[in-house]
Amino acid sequence: MRHVAPTPPRRKLRVATASLAGCFGCHMSFLDIDERLLDLIDLVEFDRSPITDIKHCGPCDIGIIEGGVCNAENVHVLWELRANCKVLVALGACAVNGGLPAQRNHLDVGRCLTRVYRDRAGAAVPDDPELPLLLDKVRPLNEVVRIDFFIPGCPPSGDAIWKYLTDLISGRMPRLEHPMLHFD
Amino acid sequence: MSDDATFMLDGRPIRFVAGQSILEAATAAGTFIPNLCHHPEFKPHGSCKLCTVKVNGRASSACTTRARAGQEVASDTPELNRHRRTLLQMLFVEGNHFCPGCEKSGNCRLQALAYDLEMLNPHYEHFYPPRPIDASHPDVLIDFNRCILCALCVRASRDVDGKSVFALAGRGTAQHLVVDCPSGKLGDSDFAMTDKAAAVCPVGAILPKRVGFSVPIGERTFDVEPISAHAAHAAETRG
Repeated sequence: MRHVAPTPPRRKLRVATASLAGCFGCHMSFLDIDERLLDLIDLVEFDRSPITDIKHCGPCDIGIIEGGVCNAENVHVLWELRANCKVLVALGACAVNGGLPAQRNHLDVGRCLTRVYRDRAGAAVPDDPELPLLLDKVRPLNEVVRIDFFIPGCPPSGDAIWKYLTDLISGRMPRLEHPMLHFD
Repeated sequence: MSDDATFMLDGRPIRFVAGQSILEAATAAGTFIPNLCHHPEFKPHGSCKLCTVKVNGRASSACTTRARAGQEVASDTPELNRHRRTLLQMLFVEGNHFCPGCEKSGNCRLQALAYDLEMLNPHYEHFYPPRPIDASHPDVLIDFNRCILCALCVRASRDVDGKSVFALAGRGTAQHLVVDCPSGKLGDSDFAMTDKAAAVCPVGAILPKRVGFSVPIGERTFDVEPISAHAAHAAETRG
């Protein structure tokens, strides 16, 4: 992979990241940009993100979201990022089309919960108010809020994420082509 | 063939033999026109519309339009590619196409065209239709979630195998692939692994069993090169 230094923006861009109904694989792949992380921290600072452990998002330039939307909490986090980020990037297959979690979509959630919890001796469907309610179907991000950019892949490679983000930070229209554009 | 038996495709002359379609002539010349429901051995179906080109300014399916001398054909234009991307996006949301879990990933023509046309997301609201899987046959699995109704298996079974195992039933969004036997199960039909119909599915709907990952993901046909380059190389090999 050719090392292309991005054009630095006039000030550090503020970036938030979140993992909704995903497996954190896309965040792991994000860390796969390896030593280029050092280039990145010259260009951006992180707001809400598993990297900073900040819980709520302030005004940001870029929001990067992994995973689809499978419960009420996911919806609230997504709304918060949409309200605070100038551009939102859907990162990975689950954010783009629901991915693996969306394969439950042909099942009835109520029946699933009953089957897993209530039908077992001594068990009950968990109803702790701390637990977010499940949605009847898992949805990709763009079916809930407007999404500006999409990086498909399960997960997208570190190179693809780097290419896309540096394009975005440098003010170029981001583009993924063969062999970086992958759905698997 | 006389010298004037050519038409212009995106500004380049393409020679053709009388009776060839625009798609056949372009393919023979190593120029790729995106397509999903076309197969050189079968009668054109003209249903996927991916091969839509502009012939003298009018939109036509390249697979069903005869090549004629002097035609001005436009194919690789931003406008047509935008329409093709839209068609692909509609195909993706109409079924359940989860590439990371699909054995066909990397060999799938639907996916390869989406790569080639830089489709980054399915854009439209997903149908997530409930569709069955038929694992009744000892050698072949049918996953109806991935069927794009191209009717290649229908034509292969009817025209080559002489069995008519498959048909498309229903209309509009209710259209679906059916298997011709009382139970509707592939295992109860006279379908065989050696049938042409077992080898023509462009997506991961009709899959041979027990060979799913014999070639690892990342080393498959369209992982190695884009579908357009692959088609051009295939034309070179044919000479």
